[in-house]
Amino acid sequence: MADSHANNGGRIRRRSFIKKLFLAAASLVVPGTTYAKGVLGRLRKWIVDDSYDPNDHYWGMGIDINKCIGCGRCVDACKTENDVPREPFFFRTWVERYRIFEDNEVLVDSPGGAMEGFRNTAEDEETVIRSFFVPKMCNQCDNPPCVQVCPVGATFKTPDGVVLVDTDYCIGCRYCIQACPYGARFLHPVTHTAEKCTFCYHRVTQGLRPACVEVCPTQARIFGETKKRASPLVRFMRMNKVSVLKPALNTEPKVFYANLDMQVR
Amino acid sequence: MTRSPSRIPEQATRLIILLVVAVTALVTARAILIPDDFGEYGHFRSSAIDENISVPIKYAGQAICADCHDDVVEVKEVGYHRGVACEVCHGPAAAHVEDEESVELRVPRGRGYCPLCHEYLPSRPTGFPQVVSASHNPIQPCVRCHEPHDPTPPETPQECSACHATIARTKSVSHHAYVDCTQCHETPDEHKISPRVSIPSKPNSRAFCGGCHGRGADAPPGTPSVNMTDHGGNYVCWQCHYPHLPQAR
Repeated sequence: MADSHANNGGRIRRRSFIKKLFLAAASLVVPGTTYAKGVLGRLRKWIVDDSYDPNDHYWGMGIDINKCIGCGRCVDACKTENDVPREPFFFRTWVERYRIFEDNEVLVDSPGGAMEGFRNTAEDEETVIRSFFVPKMCNQCDNPPCVQVCPVGATFKTPDGVVLVDTDYCIGCRYCIQACPYGARFLHPVTHTAEKCTFCYHRVTQGLRPACVEVCPTQARIFGETKKRASPLVRFMRMNKVSVLKPALNTEPKVFYANLDMQVR
Repeated sequence: MTRSPSRIPEQATRLIILLVVAVTALVTARAILIPDDFGEYGHFRSSAIDENISVPIKYAGQAICADCHDDVVEVKEVGYHRGVACEVCHGPAAAHVEDEESVELRVPRGRGYCPLCHEYLPSRPTGFPQVVSASHNPIQPCVRCHEPHDPTPPETPQECSACHATIARTKSVSHHAYVDCTQCHETPDEHKISPRVSIPSKPNSRAFCGGCHGRGADAPPGTPSVNMTDHGGNYVCWQCHYPHLPQAR
């Protein structure tokens, strides 16, 4: 009966045609809505939340050795901004003092990471032929060894070139701390997870500069886009002869130093 | 009984069941253990980016200070401290921006803060203004002479010690502590404005010192006196006696 009802001499009846049409349309509801949601989400990101698209940026930093006065305000500001433990051996950024003596002996010190600046020491009385300060931090390598060695994918490079740590996912195995050739990572004494400079990612994504750049009184630190013409960093790289730390390691750092001495490692 | 070739042997069935169980367990475990958003952009959880972004901001940034303190910013913008952001000295200000009534920022008025940048260190770049704070107007707070927002002193310092601190310190513990600088150095007022153009005088003869230390000179009682004709031969006095610390040998 039903068959004869539906199949009226080889012709499809209108009622059954419409039924089947609805059924076919209904089968598309699930994939359709998922797809639409995705498109809407992307559209909303474009239209409503147009503030930050990581694919539009590629961040880097410039540090002019000739301008650094070793006041350590960057170290202090970094600790405040990022709740880095105040103990003098946990640093996301620190400042080193290089003193090169007449016999080419090199003395590097960083008392308390320069959190409270530097003081004169007995070595200053000896014949120092040149001396300067070098701010150090994570170099935000383009080819980061720390990301390669992480066994759980807890550290990664964002589309805008910043190397971040996933604190919830980090197992605290310390591989990345060993792998970093710049000594820029440490294990947080409370969470027991890896910690490092984030270029103040929470500030940068809101259009602010990193805290260390914000407070540098002599503008020794410059922050900006590496690939856009109109960027303070590109200007810095045009006006100065720049180099990076340990170029032979092929880590391709995005922290560029101007007036770097050959003794700096 | 002969088995039909199409029938699956029993051991194979067991193996297949085991395999199915193992694969199901693996897939289930993977689905449970790996977060949903892992691998969306790369070998990491994409929500980790949001967690990094959601850190609260402490340093508000210089631009926002001008909204309320435009008078101070106006002064600072033309002074030597124009490149020094407000939060360098006043500390992180985001909480103060949120609630300016209950959160007050620090105001470093003591002598300890300015030397962080301005204490003399041989490692500092040449040309950066530095002082030896032990001899640069000791004890006095920096803000007495230098308005931090425009640190050029508003008045030319009246005391010689403001610039000649090392000499002033030496003299202050010497027998000449109560001899004014101007008693030996005639100082034109112009010297305080352009110190290298008009230079104060220096005594140039034995007779000048003899004015106090010669026999029968008009000097306070107890002043050591010598016979100027035979004391020291042809040498001028300051070849043996350092006038700012005459008791030294």
